[in-house]
Amino acid sequence: MKQTIPCINCPIGCRMTVETDGKQVTHVDGAGCKRGESYAAQEAIAPKRMVTAVVHVPNCELPLSVKTREPIPKDKIFDCVKAISTADIKTPIKMGDVICANVCDTGVDVVSTRDIP
Amino acid sequence: MPQRKGMTGMRETNIDVLIIGAGPAGMAAAIAAREQGIDSLLILDREAEIGGILKQCVHNGFGLHRFQEELTGPEYAQRDINRLRELNVSVHCETMVIDIDASKRVTAVSRKHGVQVFLAKAIILAMGCRERPRGALAIPGTRPAGIFSAGTAQKLVNMQGYMPGKRVIILGSGDIGLIMARRMILQGAKVLACAEIMPYSSGLNRNIVQCLHDYDIPLLLRHTVIDIQGKERLESVTVAKVDEHLQPIPGTEIQYACDTLLLSVGLIPENELTKLIGAEMSAATQGAVVDNTLQTNIDGVFACGNVLHVHDLVDFVSEESAKAGRAAADYVLGRTKKVARAIAVLDGPGVRGVVPQRLRFTDTPEDVRFMFRPDKVYQKVKVQVLDGERVAYSVAKRILSPGEMAEILLPADTMQSFSSESISIRISG
Repeated sequence: MKQTIPCINCPIGCRMTVETDGKQVTHVDGAGCKRGESYAAQEAIAPKRMVTAVVHVPNCELPLSVKTREPIPKDKIFDCVKAISTADIKTPIKMGDVICANVCDTGVDVVSTRDIP
Repeated sequence: MPQRKGMTGMRETNIDVLIIGAGPAGMAAAIAAREQGIDSLLILDREAEIGGILKQCVHNGFGLHRFQEELTGPEYAQRDINRLRELNVSVHCETMVIDIDASKRVTAVSRKHGVQVFLAKAIILAMGCRERPRGALAIPGTRPAGIFSAGTAQKLVNMQGYMPGKRVIILGSGDIGLIMARRMILQGAKVLACAEIMPYSSGLNRNIVQCLHDYDIPLLLRHTVIDIQGKERLESVTVAKVDEHLQPIPGTEIQYACDTLLLSVGLIPENELTKLIGAEMSAATQGAVVDNTLQTNIDGVFACGNVLHVHDLVDFVSEESAKAGRAAADYVLGRTKKVARAIAVLDGPGVRGVVPQRLRFTDTPEDVRFMFRPDKVYQKVKVQVLDGERVAYSVAKRILSPGEMAEILLPADTMQSFSSESISIRISG
Protein backbone atom coordinates (compact mmCIF):
# COMPACT_ATOMS: atom_id res chain seq x y z
CA MET A 1 0.00 0.00 0.00
CA LYS A 2 1.25 3.50 -0.86
CA GLN A 3 0.60 6.63 1.18
CA THR A 4 1.65 10.25 0.63
CA ILE A 5 2.81 11.99 3.78
CA PRO A 6 3.81 15.66 3.99
CA CYS A 7 6.75 16.17 6.30
CA ILE A 8 6.31 18.42 9.36
CA ASN A 9 9.92 18.64 10.48
CA CYS A 10 10.95 21.77 8.57
CA PRO A 11 9.49 24.42 6.23
CA ILE A 12 10.51 22.50 3.07
CA GLY A 13 7.64 20.10 3.79
CA CYS A 14 8.83 17.25 1.55
CA ARG A 15 5.97 15.17 0.14
CA MET A 16 7.06 11.64 0.92
CA THR A 17 5.66 8.40 -0.41
CA VAL A 18 5.65 5.46 1.97
CA GLU A 19 5.08 1.87 0.87
CA THR A 20 3.92 -0.65 3.45
CA ASP A 21 2.91 -4.29 3.43
CA GLY A 22 0.22 -3.55 6.03
CA LYS A 23 2.49 -3.98 9.05
CA GLN A 24 5.94 -2.81 8.05
CA VAL A 25 7.43 -0.04 5.95
CA THR A 26 9.05 -1.42 2.84
CA HIS A 27 10.10 1.82 1.14
CA VAL A 28 10.17 5.61 1.74
CA ASP A 29 10.53 7.91 -1.24
CA GLY A 30 10.98 11.68 -1.43
CA ALA A 31 12.43 12.34 2.02
CA GLY A 32 15.06 15.10 2.04
CA CYS A 33 16.66 13.92 5.27
CA LYS A 34 16.84 11.06 7.80
CA ARG A 35 14.50 12.77 10.25
CA GLY A 36 11.84 13.01 7.58
CA GLU A 37 12.31 9.36 6.63
CA SER A 38 11.80 8.09 10.17
CA TYR A 39 8.85 10.43 10.72
CA ALA A 40 7.18 9.12 7.53
CA ALA A 41 7.72 5.51 8.60
CA GLN A 42 6.22 6.18 12.05
CA GLU A 43 3.34 8.17 10.58
CA ALA A 44 2.49 5.43 8.07
CA ILE A 45 2.42 2.58 10.59
CA ALA A 46 1.40 4.06 13.93
CA PRO A 47 0.77 7.82 13.95
CA LYS A 48 0.83 9.38 17.42
CA ARG A 49 -0.26 12.74 18.78
CA MET A 50 -0.03 14.70 21.99
CA VAL A 51 -3.54 15.61 23.11
CA THR A 52 -4.34 18.79 25.02
CA ALA A 53 -7.79 19.74 26.24
CA VAL A 54 -9.70 22.00 28.61
CA VAL A 55 -12.23 20.55 31.01
CA HIS A 56 -14.84 21.96 33.36
CA VAL A 57 -14.14 21.43 37.06
CA PRO A 58 -17.16 21.40 39.41
CA ASN A 59 -17.54 24.56 41.52
CA CYS A 60 -14.70 26.19 39.65
CA GLU A 61 -15.01 29.23 37.41
CA LEU A 62 -11.93 28.55 35.31
CA PRO A 63 -11.56 25.46 33.14
CA LEU A 64 -8.61 23.15 33.79
CA SER A 65 -6.09 22.60 30.99
CA VAL A 66 -4.61 19.12 30.62
CA LYS A 67 -2.28 17.14 28.35
CA THR A 68 -1.24 13.58 27.68
CA ARG A 69 2.21 13.11 29.17
CA GLU A 70 3.34 11.36 25.97
CA PRO A 71 1.88 11.14 22.46
CA ILE A 72 -0.92 8.57 22.11
CA PRO A 73 -2.16 6.69 19.02
CA LYS A 74 -3.95 9.12 16.70
CA ASP A 75 -7.10 6.98 16.47
CA LYS A 76 -7.57 7.31 20.25
CA ILE A 77 -7.74 11.14 20.27
CA PHE A 78 -11.53 11.38 20.52
CA ASP A 79 -11.81 8.59 23.09
CA CYS A 80 -9.13 10.35 25.10
CA VAL A 81 -10.97 13.68 24.97
CA LYS A 82 -14.17 11.91 26.06
CA ALA A 83 -12.39 10.25 28.97
CA ILE A 84 -11.00 13.63 30.03
CA SER A 85 -14.43 15.29 29.88
CA THR A 86 -15.97 12.63 32.13
CA ALA A 87 -13.07 12.41 34.59
CA ASP A 88 -13.83 12.94 38.27
CA ILE A 89 -11.73 15.99 39.10
CA LYS A 90 -11.29 17.32 42.61
CA THR A 91 -9.57 20.53 43.61
CA PRO A 92 -6.97 21.56 44.64
CA ILE A 93 -4.96 20.59 41.57
CA LYS A 94 -1.26 21.10 40.99
CA MET A 95 0.45 21.29 37.61
CA GLY A 96 1.53 17.72 36.76
CA ASP A 97 -1.18 15.98 38.84
CA VAL A 98 -2.65 12.91 37.12
CA ILE A 99 -6.22 13.56 35.92
CA CYS A 100 -6.76 10.24 34.06
CA ALA A 101 -4.32 7.40 34.66
CA ASN A 102 -3.57 5.14 31.67
CA VAL A 103 -6.08 6.94 29.47
CA CYS A 104 -7.94 4.55 27.10
CA ASP A 105 -5.40 1.80 27.92
CA THR A 106 -2.65 3.66 26.09
CA GLY A 107 -0.28 3.39 29.04
CA VAL A 108 -0.14 7.21 29.06
CA ASP A 109 -1.44 9.45 31.86
CA VAL A 110 -3.33 12.69 31.33
CA VAL A 111 -1.91 15.38 33.60
CA SER A 112 -2.89 18.90 34.61
CA THR A 113 -0.99 21.80 33.04
CA ARG A 114 -2.36 24.41 35.46
CA ASP A 115 -2.71 24.91 39.21
CA ILE A 116 -6.23 25.29 40.60
CA PRO A 117 -6.28 26.15 44.30
CA MET B 1 11.00 53.21 46.81
CA PRO B 2 12.23 56.83 46.99
CA GLN B 3 9.54 59.36 46.17
CA ARG B 4 9.51 63.03 45.36
CA LYS B 5 6.93 65.48 44.09
CA GLY B 6 7.24 66.21 40.39
CA MET B 7 6.14 69.27 38.47
CA THR B 8 2.61 67.95 38.09
CA GLY B 9 2.28 67.69 41.86
CA MET B 10 2.01 63.92 41.63
CA ARG B 11 4.31 61.83 43.74
CA GLU B 12 6.98 60.29 41.56
CA THR B 13 8.52 56.94 42.36
CA ASN B 14 12.08 56.37 41.18
CA ILE B 15 12.74 53.01 39.53
CA ASP B 16 15.96 51.83 37.92
CA VAL B 17 14.38 49.49 35.35
CA LEU B 18 10.66 49.70 34.56
CA ILE B 19 9.22 46.98 32.34
CA ILE B 20 5.86 47.38 30.60
CA GLY B 21 4.19 44.00 30.02
CA ALA B 22 4.48 40.75 32.02
CA GLY B 23 4.20 38.29 29.14
CA PRO B 24 7.12 36.09 28.08
CA ALA B 25 9.11 39.15 26.93
CA GLY B 26 8.65 41.20 30.10
CA MET B 27 9.30 38.20 32.34
CA ALA B 28 12.55 37.23 30.58
CA ALA B 29 13.75 40.84 30.55
CA ALA B 30 13.03 41.21 34.29
CA ILE B 31 14.80 37.97 35.19
CA ALA B 32 17.88 38.99 33.21
CA ALA B 33 17.98 42.52 34.64
CA ARG B 34 17.67 41.23 38.23
CA GLU B 35 20.36 38.61 37.61
CA GLN B 36 22.63 41.43 36.43
CA GLY B 37 22.22 43.14 39.79
CA ILE B 38 19.28 45.53 39.33
CA ASP B 39 17.50 45.83 42.70
CA SER B 40 15.04 48.56 41.80
CA LEU B 41 12.93 46.76 39.21
CA LEU B 42 9.20 46.80 38.53
CA ILE B 43 6.92 45.15 35.96
CA LEU B 44 3.54 46.68 35.10
CA ASP B 45 0.82 44.59 33.43
CA ARG B 46 -2.81 45.40 32.67
CA GLU B 47 -4.04 41.81 33.15
CA ALA B 48 -5.00 40.25 36.47
CA GLU B 49 -2.23 37.64 36.23
CA ILE B 50 1.23 37.54 34.71
CA GLY B 51 2.18 35.25 31.82
CA GLY B 52 0.64 37.15 28.90
CA ILE B 53 -0.81 35.19 26.00
CA LEU B 54 0.91 31.96 27.14
CA LYS B 55 -1.85 31.49 29.74
CA GLN B 56 -4.43 30.76 27.04
CA CYS B 57 -2.14 28.72 24.76
CA VAL B 58 -2.94 25.35 26.37
CA HIS B 59 -1.61 23.36 23.37
CA ASN B 60 1.88 21.86 23.33
CA GLY B 61 4.91 22.84 21.30
CA PHE B 62 6.56 25.52 23.47
CA GLY B 63 10.08 25.36 24.85
CA LEU B 64 11.74 22.92 22.43
CA HIS B 65 14.65 25.30 21.83
CA ARG B 66 15.00 26.75 25.32
CA PHE B 67 14.29 23.73 27.50
CA GLN B 68 14.64 20.85 24.96
CA GLU B 69 11.17 19.80 26.14
CA GLU B 70 7.76 20.15 24.63
CA LEU B 71 5.63 22.20 27.04
CA THR B 72 2.18 23.77 26.95
CA GLY B 73 1.88 27.56 27.23
CA PRO B 74 0.92 27.64 30.93
CA GLU B 75 3.81 25.28 31.76
CA TYR B 76 6.30 27.44 29.85
CA ALA B 77 5.04 30.58 31.60
CA GLN B 78 5.19 28.90 35.01
CA ARG B 79 8.95 28.37 34.72
CA ASP B 80 9.48 32.12 34.33
CA ILE B 81 6.87 32.92 36.99
CA ASN B 82 8.71 30.63 39.45
CA ARG B 83 12.04 32.30 38.67
CA LEU B 84 10.53 35.78 39.13
CA ARG B 85 9.27 34.70 42.56
CA GLU B 86 12.67 33.28 43.52
CA LEU B 87 14.24 36.59 42.55
CA ASN B 88 11.52 38.52 44.40
CA VAL B 89 10.70 40.75 41.42
CA SER B 90 7.84 43.22 42.00
CA VAL B 91 4.92 43.05 39.58
CA HIS B 92 1.89 45.35 39.57
CA CYS B 93 -0.99 43.63 37.80
CA GLU B 94 -4.26 45.26 36.68
CA THR B 95 -2.16 48.35 36.06
CA MET B 96 -2.48 50.22 32.78
CA VAL B 97 0.17 52.62 31.51
CA ILE B 98 -1.59 55.68 30.13
CA ASP B 99 1.28 58.05 29.51
CA ILE B 100 5.00 57.92 28.89
CA ASP B 101 7.51 60.53 27.78
CA ALA B 102 11.09 60.75 26.59
CA SER B 103 12.32 61.81 30.05
CA LYS B 104 11.19 58.27 31.04
CA ARG B 105 8.28 59.44 33.17
CA VAL B 106 5.57 56.78 33.12
CA THR B 107 1.99 57.35 34.33
CA ALA B 108 -0.04 54.27 35.23
CA VAL B 109 -3.51 53.71 36.68
CA SER B 110 -4.89 50.86 38.75
CA ARG B 111 -7.79 50.25 41.11
CA LYS B 112 -5.40 49.39 43.89
CA HIS B 113 -2.94 52.28 43.65
CA GLY B 114 -4.92 54.90 41.71
CA VAL B 115 -2.74 57.11 39.53
CA GLN B 116 0.99 56.52 39.91
CA VAL B 117 3.91 58.26 38.29
CA PHE B 118 7.24 56.48 37.90
CA LEU B 119 10.51 58.09 36.95
CA ALA B 120 12.66 55.35 35.40
CA LYS B 121 16.34 55.26 34.54
CA ALA B 122 15.63 52.62 31.88
CA ILE B 123 12.37 51.38 30.34
CA ILE B 124 11.83 48.06 28.59
CA LEU B 125 8.85 48.02 26.22
CA ALA B 126 7.41 44.49 26.22
CA MET B 127 3.74 45.00 25.34
CA GLY B 128 3.44 42.22 22.77
CA CYS B 129 1.05 42.32 19.83
CA ARG B 130 -2.65 42.31 18.91
CA GLU B 131 -4.63 40.46 16.28
CA ARG B 132 -5.79 42.16 13.12
CA PRO B 133 -9.55 42.69 13.55
CA ARG B 134 -12.42 42.34 11.09
CA GLY B 135 -12.39 46.10 10.52
CA ALA B 136 -8.92 45.87 8.97
CA LEU B 137 -10.20 43.47 6.29
CA ALA B 138 -13.25 45.39 5.07
CA ILE B 139 -15.36 42.26 4.49
CA PRO B 140 -18.81 43.30 3.23
CA GLY B 141 -21.99 42.05 4.88
CA THR B 142 -23.92 42.44 8.10
CA ARG B 143 -22.54 42.83 11.61
CA PRO B 144 -23.97 39.87 13.53
CA ALA B 145 -22.65 38.19 16.68
CA GLY B 146 -20.46 35.14 16.10
CA ILE B 147 -17.40 36.75 14.48
CA PHE B 148 -14.29 36.49 16.63
CA SER B 149 -10.57 36.83 16.21
CA ALA B 150 -9.00 33.40 16.75
CA GLY B 151 -7.23 34.59 19.89
CA THR B 152 -10.46 35.90 21.42
CA ALA B 153 -12.10 32.54 20.77
CA GLN B 154 -9.05 30.88 22.33
CA LYS B 155 -9.47 32.98 25.47
CA LEU B 156 -13.20 32.20 25.66
CA VAL B 157 -12.68 28.45 25.33
CA ASN B 158 -9.45 27.93 27.27
CA MET B 159 -9.69 30.57 29.99
CA GLN B 160 -13.37 31.23 30.51
CA GLY B 161 -14.98 27.92 29.59
CA TYR B 162 -17.33 29.28 26.90
CA MET B 163 -17.83 27.77 23.43
CA PRO B 164 -18.15 30.55 20.84
CA GLY B 165 -20.31 28.39 18.51
CA LYS B 166 -21.05 25.03 16.91
CA ARG B 167 -20.42 25.38 13.16
CA VAL B 168 -17.23 27.21 12.38
CA ILE B 169 -15.49 28.72 9.36
CA ILE B 170 -11.92 29.96 9.76
CA LEU B 171 -10.57 32.81 7.66
CA GLY B 172 -6.79 32.94 7.41
CA SER B 173 -4.41 30.07 8.03
CA GLY B 174 -2.11 31.62 10.61
CA ASP B 175 -1.02 29.31 13.40
CA ILE B 176 -3.57 30.61 15.93
CA GLY B 177 -6.40 29.89 13.46
CA LEU B 178 -5.11 26.36 12.84
CA ILE B 179 -4.69 25.69 16.56
CA MET B 180 -8.24 26.95 17.16
CA ALA B 181 -9.63 24.73 14.37
CA ARG B 182 -8.41 21.69 16.32
CA ARG B 183 -9.50 23.08 19.68
CA MET B 184 -13.06 23.74 18.45
CA ILE B 185 -13.27 20.17 17.11
CA LEU B 186 -11.90 18.62 20.31
CA GLN B 187 -14.36 20.66 22.39
CA GLY B 188 -17.27 19.41 20.28
CA ALA B 189 -17.83 21.90 17.43
CA LYS B 190 -17.79 21.25 13.69
CA VAL B 191 -15.20 23.11 11.60
CA LEU B 192 -16.31 23.31 7.97
CA ALA B 193 -13.29 24.87 6.26
CA CYS B 194 -10.26 27.12 6.59
CA ALA B 195 -10.01 29.74 3.82
CA GLU B 196 -6.63 31.31 2.95
CA ILE B 197 -6.39 34.11 0.40
CA MET B 198 -2.73 33.37 -0.46
CA PRO B 199 -1.59 30.35 -2.50
CA TYR B 200 0.24 29.06 0.60
CA SER B 201 -0.50 28.88 4.31
CA SER B 202 1.36 31.16 6.69
CA GLY B 203 1.11 28.46 9.38
CA LEU B 204 3.65 25.78 10.22
CA ASN B 205 3.47 22.46 8.33
CA ARG B 206 3.12 20.75 11.69
CA ASN B 207 -0.09 22.67 12.37
CA ILE B 208 -1.54 22.10 8.88
CA VAL B 209 -1.10 18.35 9.38
CA GLN B 210 -2.02 18.02 13.05
CA CYS B 211 -4.84 20.61 13.19
CA LEU B 212 -6.45 20.36 9.73
CA HIS B 213 -5.50 17.04 8.02
CA ASP B 214 -6.01 14.99 11.19
CA TYR B 215 -9.64 16.16 11.36
CA ASP B 216 -10.35 16.29 7.60
CA ILE B 217 -10.82 20.06 7.59
CA PRO B 218 -10.37 21.38 4.05
CA LEU B 219 -7.73 24.12 3.56
CA LEU B 220 -9.06 26.32 0.75
CA LEU B 221 -6.01 28.14 -0.67
CA ARG B 222 -6.64 31.23 -2.85
CA HIS B 223 -10.07 31.60 -1.21
CA THR B 224 -11.54 34.32 0.96
CA VAL B 225 -14.78 35.34 2.65
CA ILE B 226 -16.62 37.82 0.41
CA ASP B 227 -19.91 38.17 2.29
CA ILE B 228 -21.32 37.70 5.78
CA GLN B 229 -25.03 37.00 6.37
CA GLY B 230 -27.15 37.06 9.53
CA LYS B 231 -28.97 39.67 11.57
CA GLU B 232 -28.59 38.93 15.29
CA ARG B 233 -26.33 35.89 14.97
CA LEU B 234 -24.12 34.85 12.07
CA GLU B 235 -26.10 32.53 9.76
CA SER B 236 -23.78 31.97 6.83
CA VAL B 237 -20.71 33.24 5.01
CA THR B 238 -19.89 33.26 1.31
CA VAL B 239 -16.43 32.03 0.32
CA ALA B 240 -15.02 32.59 -3.18
CA LYS B 241 -11.87 31.78 -5.08
CA VAL B 242 -9.56 34.72 -5.86
CA ASP B 243 -7.45 35.47 -8.95
CA GLU B 244 -3.77 36.42 -8.96
CA HIS B 245 -4.69 40.00 -7.97
CA LEU B 246 -6.58 38.58 -4.96
CA GLN B 247 -9.93 39.62 -6.51
CA PRO B 248 -12.91 37.23 -6.11
CA ILE B 249 -13.68 35.21 -9.25
CA PRO B 250 -17.43 35.37 -10.13
CA GLY B 251 -19.09 31.97 -10.26
CA THR B 252 -16.81 30.37 -7.62
CA GLU B 253 -18.92 31.38 -4.60
CA ILE B 254 -19.78 28.74 -2.00
CA GLN B 255 -22.17 29.54 0.83
CA TYR B 256 -21.49 27.88 4.19
CA ALA B 257 -24.22 27.77 6.84
CA CYS B 258 -22.35 28.50 10.08
CA ASP B 259 -22.78 30.35 13.37
CA THR B 260 -19.13 31.27 13.92
CA LEU B 261 -16.38 32.90 11.88
CA LEU B 262 -12.87 32.96 13.34
CA LEU B 263 -10.31 35.38 11.94
CA SER B 264 -6.63 34.48 11.90
CA VAL B 265 -5.32 37.17 9.61
CA GLY B 266 -2.15 38.49 11.15
CA LEU B 267 -0.66 40.14 14.20
CA ILE B 268 0.28 43.77 14.74
CA PRO B 269 2.81 44.90 17.38
CA GLU B 270 1.05 47.03 19.98
CA ASN B 271 3.10 50.19 19.84
CA GLU B 272 0.86 53.03 21.07
CA LEU B 273 3.25 53.73 23.97
CA THR B 274 6.33 53.38 21.76
CA LYS B 275 4.94 56.08 19.48
CA LEU B 276 3.88 58.23 22.43
CA ILE B 277 7.43 58.24 23.78
CA GLY B 278 8.60 59.36 20.34
CA ALA B 279 10.67 56.34 19.32
CA GLU B 280 11.60 55.98 15.66
CA MET B 281 9.43 53.27 14.04
CA SER B 282 10.07 50.76 11.26
CA ALA B 283 7.44 50.46 8.53
CA ALA B 284 8.55 46.89 7.77
CA THR B 285 8.23 45.44 11.29
CA GLN B 286 5.68 47.96 12.67
CA GLY B 287 7.91 48.02 15.73
CA ALA B 288 10.60 50.39 17.00
CA VAL B 289 13.95 50.82 15.29
CA VAL B 290 16.57 49.33 17.64
CA ASP B 291 20.30 48.77 17.76
CA ASN B 292 22.12 45.53 18.60
CA THR B 293 21.49 46.12 22.33
CA LEU B 294 17.71 46.40 21.65
CA GLN B 295 17.87 50.11 22.51
CA THR B 296 15.57 52.47 20.60
CA ASN B 297 16.70 55.88 19.42
CA ILE B 298 15.65 57.21 22.84
CA ASP B 299 18.45 56.82 25.37
CA GLY B 300 17.67 54.11 27.93
CA VAL B 301 14.46 52.89 26.26
CA PHE B 302 14.60 49.29 25.05
CA ALA B 303 12.09 47.09 23.14
CA CYS B 304 11.84 43.31 22.86
CA GLY B 305 9.53 40.45 21.96
CA ASN B 306 6.44 40.78 19.79
CA VAL B 307 6.17 44.53 20.34
CA LEU B 308 9.45 44.84 18.43
CA HIS B 309 8.66 42.33 15.66
CA VAL B 310 6.24 39.40 15.54
CA HIS B 311 8.04 36.15 16.34
CA ASP B 312 7.00 32.57 15.47
CA LEU B 313 8.35 30.95 18.62
CA VAL B 314 8.21 32.08 22.23
CA ASP B 315 11.66 30.58 22.81
CA PHE B 316 13.17 33.33 20.65
CA VAL B 317 11.07 36.00 22.38
CA SER B 318 12.57 34.92 25.71
CA GLU B 319 16.10 34.91 24.31
CA GLU B 320 15.78 38.36 22.73
CA SER B 321 14.15 39.81 25.85
CA ALA B 322 16.82 38.47 28.20
CA LYS B 323 19.30 40.35 26.05
CA ALA B 324 17.25 43.55 26.41
CA GLY B 325 17.15 42.99 30.19
CA ARG B 326 20.94 42.66 30.35
CA ALA B 327 21.40 45.73 28.14
CA ALA B 328 19.07 47.81 30.34
CA ALA B 329 21.02 46.68 33.43
CA ASP B 330 24.32 47.62 31.76
CA TYR B 331 22.85 51.02 30.91
CA VAL B 332 21.66 51.73 34.46
CA LEU B 333 24.87 50.47 36.08
CA GLY B 334 26.97 52.59 33.73
CA ARG B 335 28.54 49.55 32.11
CA THR B 336 27.41 50.46 28.60
CA LYS B 337 30.55 50.68 26.57
CA LYS B 338 31.34 53.88 24.78
CA VAL B 339 30.01 54.03 21.24
CA ALA B 340 32.67 54.76 18.70
CA ARG B 341 30.11 54.87 15.88
CA ALA B 342 26.79 53.45 14.73
CA ILE B 343 25.64 52.56 11.21
CA ALA B 344 22.27 51.71 9.67
CA VAL B 345 21.28 48.19 8.64
CA LEU B 346 18.97 48.14 5.61
CA ASP B 347 16.68 45.55 4.00
CA GLY B 348 18.23 44.45 0.70
CA PRO B 349 16.51 42.48 -2.10
CA GLY B 350 14.40 39.60 -0.73
CA VAL B 351 14.70 40.75 2.90
CA ARG B 352 11.85 42.26 4.95
CA GLY B 353 12.04 43.83 8.39
CA VAL B 354 15.60 43.15 9.52
CA VAL B 355 16.16 43.60 13.28
CA PRO B 356 18.30 45.26 14.61
CA GLN B 357 18.18 48.18 12.18
CA ARG B 358 21.24 49.86 13.67
CA LEU B 359 24.64 48.49 14.48
CA ARG B 360 26.50 50.05 17.39
CA PHE B 361 30.21 49.50 17.62
CA THR B 362 31.75 48.98 21.04
CA ASP B 363 35.28 48.49 22.27
CA THR B 364 34.49 44.86 23.06
CA PRO B 365 32.71 43.66 19.91
CA GLU B 366 30.27 40.76 20.10
CA ASP B 367 28.64 38.65 17.38
CA VAL B 368 25.34 40.16 16.23
CA ARG B 369 22.23 38.15 15.35
CA PHE B 370 20.08 39.64 12.60
CA MET B 371 16.50 38.42 12.18
CA PHE B 372 14.24 39.03 9.18
CA ARG B 373 11.58 37.45 6.98
CA PRO B 374 12.17 36.61 3.31
CA ASP B 375 9.61 38.09 0.89
CA LYS B 376 8.84 34.63 -0.57
CA VAL B 377 10.03 31.02 -0.42
CA TYR B 378 13.69 30.56 -1.44
CA GLN B 379 15.64 27.30 -1.73
CA LYS B 380 19.43 26.92 -1.79
CA VAL B 381 20.35 30.61 -1.57
CA LYS B 382 22.90 32.77 0.17
CA VAL B 383 22.16 35.47 2.70
CA GLN B 384 24.75 38.20 2.26
CA VAL B 385 25.80 41.24 4.25
CA LEU B 386 26.87 44.08 1.96
CA ASP B 387 29.24 46.86 3.01
CA GLY B 388 28.66 49.24 0.09
CA GLU B 389 29.22 47.01 -2.97
CA ARG B 390 31.45 44.58 -1.13
CA VAL B 391 30.06 41.26 0.16
CA ALA B 392 31.37 41.31 3.72
CA TYR B 393 29.72 38.12 4.90
CA SER B 394 27.80 35.32 3.23
CA VAL B 395 26.01 32.28 4.58
CA ALA B 396 24.19 29.49 2.69
CA LYS B 397 20.57 28.68 3.55
CA ARG B 398 18.79 25.54 2.40
CA ILE B 399 15.33 27.05 2.70
CA LEU B 400 13.83 30.41 3.62
CA SER B 401 10.08 30.86 4.00
CA PRO B 402 8.01 33.94 4.94
CA GLY B 403 6.23 31.80 7.55
CA GLU B 404 9.45 31.31 9.47
CA MET B 405 11.76 34.01 10.80
CA ALA B 406 15.25 33.74 9.30
CA GLU B 407 18.42 34.64 11.14
CA ILE B 408 22.12 35.08 10.55
CA LEU B 409 24.89 35.51 13.08
CA LEU B 410 27.40 38.11 12.01
CA PRO B 411 30.82 37.43 13.55
CA ALA B 412 32.25 40.31 15.58
CA ASP B 413 35.50 40.47 13.58
CA THR B 414 33.56 40.96 10.32
CA MET B 415 31.97 44.10 11.76
CA GLN B 416 35.33 45.77 12.23
CA SER B 417 35.87 45.83 8.48
CA PHE B 418 32.74 47.90 7.71
CA SER B 419 33.62 51.23 6.16
CA SER B 420 30.24 52.46 4.82
CA GLU B 421 27.60 54.56 6.58
CA SER B 422 25.18 51.66 6.20
CA ILE B 423 25.20 47.96 5.45
CA SER B 424 22.43 45.90 3.85
CA ILE B 425 21.32 42.30 4.03
CA ARG B 426 20.12 40.57 0.86
CA ILE B 427 19.14 37.17 -0.46
CA SER B 428 21.26 36.10 -3.41
CA GLY B 429 20.63 33.16 -5.79
